[in-house]
Amino acid sequence: MSQTTPVTDPHDHPPHLAHHYDTPQQQMASGKLGMWVFLGTEVLMFGGLFVAYAVYRHNHPEVFEYAAEKYLNKIWGGINTLVLITSSLTMAWAVRCSQLGQKRAMVTLLGLTLLGGVAFMGIKAVEYHDKWKHHVFVGPTNIYRQAQSPAQGESTASAKPAAPAADSARLKQEDPNIGTSDEPRLRPLAAPPPGLAPAAKQRGGAEVHDPQRNQRLLVSTFFSIYFLMTGLHGLHVLVGMGLISWILVRGLRGAFSPQYFTPVDLVGLYWHLVDLIWIFLFPLLYLIH
Amino acid sequence: MSTTQASAAAAGPDEPAADNYLTHRRGVRSWLLTLDHKRIAVMYMVAILGAFLLGGIFAVLVRTELLTPKPVFLGNAAREWDLYNHLFTLHGAVMVFMFVIPGIPAIMGNFVLPMMLGAKDVAFPRLNLLSFHLYALGGLFFVYVLLGGVLQAAFGIHLPGGFGLDTGWTFYTPYSTGKSITGVIPATMGAFIMGFSSILTGVNFVASIHMLRPRGMTWFRMPLFLWGLYATSIIQILATPVLGITLLLLLAERALGVGIFDPALGGDPVLFQHFFWFYSHPAVYIMILPAMGVMSELVPTFARKHIFGYRFIAYSSIAIALLSFLVWGHHMFVSGQSPLANAIFSLLTFSVSIPSAIKVFNWLATLYKGDIRLQTPMLYALGFLVLFTVGGLTGLFLGALATNVPLHDTYFIVAHFHYVMMGSVLFAFLGGMYYWWPKFFGKMVDDRWGRIAALVVFVGFNLTFFVQFVAGSQGMPRRYASYPEKYRIYHVISSIGAYLMAVGLVMVALNWWHSLRRGRPAPANPWGSNTLEWRTSSPPPHDNFAKAPEADDPYDVSAWRFDQASGGWVHEPAQRGFDVVVPPTKA
Amino acid sequence: MWRVLANSFWMPERASTHAETVDPLFYFILGLCIFFTALIVTLLVVFVLRYRHRAGHQQQPSPSHSTRLELTWSIIPTILVLIIFYYGFRGYLRMSVVPPNAYRIDVTARMWNWQFTYPNGYSDGTLHIPVDTPILLVMRSEDVIHSLYVPAFRVKRDAVPGRYNRFWFQARQTGTFDVYCAEYCGTNHSQMLTKVVVHDPTDFQKWLVEAAEAENRLDPVAAGRKLFEGRGCTQCHSSGTTKLIGPGLQDVFGSQVRLADGSTVLAEDNYIRDSILHPQKQIVAGYGGEMPSYAGSLTDRQIDAIIWYMKSISKHHQSPLPSPAATAPTTQSVPATVPRP
Repeated sequence: MSQTTPVTDPHDHPPHLAHHYDTPQQQMASGKLGMWVFLGTEVLMFGGLFVAYAVYRHNHPEVFEYAAEKYLNKIWGGINTLVLITSSLTMAWAVRCSQLGQKRAMVTLLGLTLLGGVAFMGIKAVEYHDKWKHHVFVGPTNIYRQAQSPAQGESTASAKPAAPAADSARLKQEDPNIGTSDEPRLRPLAAPPPGLAPAAKQRGGAEVHDPQRNQRLLVSTFFSIYFLMTGLHGLHVLVGMGLISWILVRGLRGAFSPQYFTPVDLVGLYWHLVDLIWIFLFPLLYLIH
Repeated sequence: MSTTQASAAAAGPDEPAADNYLTHRRGVRSWLLTLDHKRIAVMYMVAILGAFLLGGIFAVLVRTELLTPKPVFLGNAAREWDLYNHLFTLHGAVMVFMFVIPGIPAIMGNFVLPMMLGAKDVAFPRLNLLSFHLYALGGLFFVYVLLGGVLQAAFGIHLPGGFGLDTGWTFYTPYSTGKSITGVIPATMGAFIMGFSSILTGVNFVASIHMLRPRGMTWFRMPLFLWGLYATSIIQILATPVLGITLLLLLAERALGVGIFDPALGGDPVLFQHFFWFYSHPAVYIMILPAMGVMSELVPTFARKHIFGYRFIAYSSIAIALLSFLVWGHHMFVSGQSPLANAIFSLLTFSVSIPSAIKVFNWLATLYKGDIRLQTPMLYALGFLVLFTVGGLTGLFLGALATNVPLHDTYFIVAHFHYVMMGSVLFAFLGGMYYWWPKFFGKMVDDRWGRIAALVVFVGFNLTFFVQFVAGSQGMPRRYASYPEKYRIYHVISSIGAYLMAVGLVMVALNWWHSLRRGRPAPANPWGSNTLEWRTSSPPPHDNFAKAPEADDPYDVSAWRFDQASGGWVHEPAQRGFDVVVPPTKA
Repeated sequence: MWRVLANSFWMPERASTHAETVDPLFYFILGLCIFFTALIVTLLVVFVLRYRHRAGHQQQPSPSHSTRLELTWSIIPTILVLIIFYYGFRGYLRMSVVPPNAYRIDVTARMWNWQFTYPNGYSDGTLHIPVDTPILLVMRSEDVIHSLYVPAFRVKRDAVPGRYNRFWFQARQTGTFDVYCAEYCGTNHSQMLTKVVVHDPTDFQKWLVEAAEAENRLDPVAAGRKLFEGRGCTQCHSSGTTKLIGPGLQDVFGSQVRLADGSTVLAEDNYIRDSILHPQKQIVAGYGGEMPSYAGSLTDRQIDAIIWYMKSISKHHQSPLPSPAATAPTTQSVPATVPRP
């Protein structure tokens, strides 16, 4: 709201109407447009991550299949999807209730939506914990990366990798999957990694000496992408939960009415986007073979 | 007749308002927590001009170093080139992120857009304030990086996160993720935060233009400055988030060793370039579109003529905004991109040059049979026409594949982008500042000194950058702290030009400062434009208009005549629904 | 005549066949630029002078739009840029398609020097090529992105780590030409310079054979010095005591070196070898640990030579250095880590 009263200010307009708008309808339409545009920016932002995913998936499909198969639980992912879809339903219903002035129903439904968010984050926590146990998280402490540099603990990105593993026994020691039932799914690269000419294989450093190393590194990359995507999404879920809590409190205080329910509507839009992004994330990360 | 009407009306817009937006409330909190778009614009102005000063100092230092082929004063024996690398990087980063991208939209857009719409504010005033604070916060990160550099260089103190920045403003991997020991992390965080400032401003402007247009102002009766801002906002909304995610990935890579861009970890460094340029090419259109919008206001006003080709200019703004997303690969022709991709990008790059050419011809045609006044803003506009022509045409060399190969990463590129970013955007910025200055502050700027300074800047600019085309085509690579003797002559001329330009810009600053202290009080409409911001006093009251003005053709200046006594333009005959202009009794 | 003048003003000499592709297009575009700039500036000046506001000047009415004009100044530029695109693309294809019989030289870029490896295995910091022969350069980078740029040949290509970028050219005159790094790569980016020496074909063969043999015929100390100077070591190390990006190497061999973790180590053969192959293992106190590894680009024999060179510049080394007569080229070159082609 404006800080002061303007020169000519008949205060005979509804309290929720901002002074730079002529009518509540104009204000509401403006808010909606603004929110849709903002959601567009969110789509673009996640879009960048989807592109990164697509590039790596296209270049190394077997790595993605392996990692998804081994480490991602479709059931948990599926439950999360259902949870979010249901919470979108309760959210949309809550918006409808606010439009109709049904305060109690609205507050209840907002509470249920919030619960859905909590459940989603809870399941996410379970999944993340599982990965933590298997040491497949982002960056240098990822088990697949640690296998590459036994001499260095927390290696920084600038350090050159140590000498390559030459014998299979040492390979097995470094890669926990070799010799297990999972190993056949990790198809070793018979040909050198793409882009490296045969002559150069004999030159160059450790990268080409051990074809499997590249694949292991890429499993690490898969998880980096996985955590960035689901992590950023999770952050948005948390923000959404904060917003829902805020309008829940405002709703309890009676701030909304059939004449003014814009914040509920806009938070609803945001929540639907968060849901939509997950609906894309889930099949791409968990389901595609 | 008009005097009787005037005396009957309340204080006309030509009298300095007793209570305007500057005096409305006092105190630091009333500024930092303001929701008034005009105050937000002024705060942006202070910050952005400060950033320009900083970037300019770096530039002068860079050009001083380049006076001689060997390093002279920038560094010790062990790290001879390092300081230079920090300087050119920070010059680029500060100028791009803190000056050129926000520049015109944040200052002039924020102040003028609602007023051109006859509105009281932008659609989302609180979001606008948030945009400003995000800009300031992001700027603080850059200040931290700079401080770290200074402390390290002067006292050997290491701030956490690294000191200075030496990756080039383009942050190419794997140097920025794996090799540079400078403040990449705080710098990318700063840029990330500033990106959101840009995005939210874009959201605000789009909503404002869609929703707050007054009755009678259809899309094609809108001032072209608003078309320019609208097209800019489209780009801000669609491209800046991609920069956000790119910087996030860069941060993750550097801090956590993710492996997206580092080949030693299975990544692809060229992927970074794709991500980066997907934003950064549209970003240059974020820079130029508002500048073109300013041009479309200055030229018809000072030629006293209707803008020529209104619809074509409007459509070309949108075309530029959309096409700008399709050409990013032209920064990567020699990176190993496939010839097919190169060909597609090259063809599309040429397509984006056509709408810009159309605008130049339309502005030129606006001058035809005009009644041209060569006041300071107009001099900058004419300078823009010349410099943008040169800058745009030299883009042809770079869009063509065969000629791009030897010219890429040489001083030819440096010259090209300075002609468009500085010669064009800066000139439009200065022209716009001079133009709207009376409206912002209620003071006129001395026109004689303004014109002299403009000339000095123009000459200095060309001296600095034209020789760089030749240096580049002769092979001088960019980002070089030292160079072979044969390029010396180009560098010496260029540095002399830089000093001259600096002198001119200092003259501009002094000119503005003098205006604030002792400038002549400004009339409501000093230049005779028909857009709505001139239908209220200079400076405007807190709520912009005592009574919302009615919209008509923004480029129809026929109803205005110059009034010698007040030094401003008055509307004749007086129209209903529109404050009568009264020449103030000269005190 | 004018072309010749223009030639030396804008572009360096046309030392490769690519220059014959690039330069005509460059001058065509230049001509267009000059024409349109002159046109626009002239119109601007004429309009400003003729239509400036002055006493007695009456403004005449004029239209504010003209579809015909708009189409004219849209269509003509479109045609012109399409022409430019076409020739640009065609020229680029010519510059991209490698002739089948091209003479291949491998390029390794690292911070901050270039290394050219010839088909016989010999490596050098300078690029030597025969004239009138298509040359294929296959480039890799060991650390960050660099870019090989030869202005006189009108060629440039990035050297990207993790992939091979290739390009070709054919020199049409003998001589020596500048080679620059054109992609910013850190502290000594502007020092990453070398030369390309274009020989007559027979001359080139002679040089190649001699250079390869010379390396074998040199005594270890001289060979070590040659490697030290030619493989980029001097970018960061002085052979005296001057502290640059890395420590000065005089008197290092045989001395006690203080490391960053506080321990000290005796700088003998193993230490030197480790510093070259695994430079991150033991970082000298007071330095940043930025040395790249030379694993795979220096053979064991070459590392031996460098160690001898370091002994020769150290007062701590007392025993006699090998004399030229005492060394005969060994039959096998055992690589440090991987075989060389």
